[in-house]
Amino acid sequence: MQPIFDLLALPVVQTTIWILVVTVSVILAVAFSVLFERKIIGWMQLRKGPNRVGSIFGFWPGVFQAFADVLKLLIKEVVVPAQANKVMFALAPIIALVPALATWAVVPLSPDLVIANIDAGLLYVLALTSTGIYGVIIAGWAANSKYAMLGAMRSAAQMVAYEIAMGFALVGVVMASGSLNLGAIVQQQAGGMLTWNIIWLFPLALVYIISGVAETNRLPFDVAEGESEIVAGFHVEYSGIAFALFFLAEYANMLLISALTAVFFFGGWLSPFDGYLPADNWLARPGFPWLGIKISAFMFFYFWLRATYPRYRYDQIMRLGWKVLIPITLVWIAVEGVMAHFGVGPWRAAG
Amino acid sequence: MLVMILFYAFSAVLIAAALGVITTRNPVYSALCLVLAFFTSACIWILIEAEFLAIVLVLVYVGAVMVLFLFVVMMLDINVEELRSGFTRYAWLGWLTAFVVILELVGVLAARRLGVDATQGTVPVPADYSNTHELGTVLYTQYVYAFELAAVLLLVAIVAAIALTMRRRQGLKVQDISAQVAVRREDRVRLVRIEPEKRP
Repeated sequence: MQPIFDLLALPVVQTTIWILVVTVSVILAVAFSVLFERKIIGWMQLRKGPNRVGSIFGFWPGVFQAFADVLKLLIKEVVVPAQANKVMFALAPIIALVPALATWAVVPLSPDLVIANIDAGLLYVLALTSTGIYGVIIAGWAANSKYAMLGAMRSAAQMVAYEIAMGFALVGVVMASGSLNLGAIVQQQAGGMLTWNIIWLFPLALVYIISGVAETNRLPFDVAEGESEIVAGFHVEYSGIAFALFFLAEYANMLLISALTAVFFFGGWLSPFDGYLPADNWLARPGFPWLGIKISAFMFFYFWLRATYPRYRYDQIMRLGWKVLIPITLVWIAVEGVMAHFGVGPWRAAG
Repeated sequence: MLVMILFYAFSAVLIAAALGVITTRNPVYSALCLVLAFFTSACIWILIEAEFLAIVLVLVYVGAVMVLFLFVVMMLDINVEELRSGFTRYAWLGWLTAFVVILELVGVLAARRLGVDATQGTVPVPADYSNTHELGTVLYTQYVYAFELAAVLLLVAIVAAIALTMRRRQGLKVQDISAQVAVRREDRVRLVRIEPEKRP
């Protein structure tokens, strides 16, 4: 037994195990958030939602719906259009999925659990999320279909526009925390709900959340798919498991944006009661459960939006991105400069 | 040892991707090969612990510039035959550039051998050294004027790009957003009270 324990203690082996754990957890979380979404939208529309597949001792009917869906997609044929570019067509779903999973490497999951604690973590996040768009563009181009191309075009323009607003919102976060390390950004917000970045950076948090919805092509910004206009947008020609990969990438991205919103503006793994209750109280202890609760809350927010709002018109999406969100972030960065000069808010200790 | 293996692996991919950029017939493949080349050079930069530069290379070139580039290439109907005729016409320029670059590389290597190496090679830095932090310190203190000048230059370029491409077309139907937002219910909907008909 001893050699096995020695092997397990190696940093390389431990990191590999954590990578596997996080990846599998993300994929499982995707499966259950799909169910969560269908149930919530069902309740909002006075329906029951999926309630046929599996149940645990008679409770939660429909809990295994997502697994049944995956099984169905797995045994379906992947149709490749005759005029498609075969190599690129096969590569596109993989290119879309990899950044959505790889970015989790720098997300601090609990005070002492982050797979790669790198100093330029925030830049890494920005760099990887900006490469996710290649999957969409290549999918749209390789399928050799007009609807797919239109969807890819819309998606590219939208993602480029909202990435800028997102990046500027994060500049504000970096100004408040003075670090690009995601763990340090969480640490800096310690001290209870009122020291979280959401308080002092409220406009930036708003911009970040809106851009996050746009970046993941979710309703009300889902013109890249736009069922009623262009069938299914960039993945219109994909079927079976290739489509499932795009689906997985979209939901993994939503989970990621939710986790990042929690980390940047809502104190990540910090407890909201930290600083109000005695430090040894279990409610005040930081840890993964708090991050999990925050991620679930943002996922619910996504589904809530989807069930509530109609789709934006394309030109209005562009207007909102370029003419509203980016100016707001620029103004607030200037306001932060003033706040830093007079030493208020997050700058009190430093000033 | 591992670093050496990784370096040669990344270099091989980089060279293959660079060759792909100039030899493939399909311009979309060329652009994608260029993306791969940027990515692998970022990996090589990470090997020499220049993580800030590597990530910024991916962020700026792969994430922004190449997306737009790829898009233009996909949209344009490019005549491949015409491009290929240019390939031989401008080949001498390519050979000349390659020759100069090789000459410079040989010069760098020869300088190290002759003992006049100014950089003293790259020394491994301690684990708590932050490339990003150091770059920020230098940029905002020592080179602050040069940095600000570069920023102003970029701003001028942005303004110039907009000024050059902006033209007002006649008869364009644009929506007046503020008019749309200012619309009240009374402007669009009229509530009419209709007397119910009497039953006969």
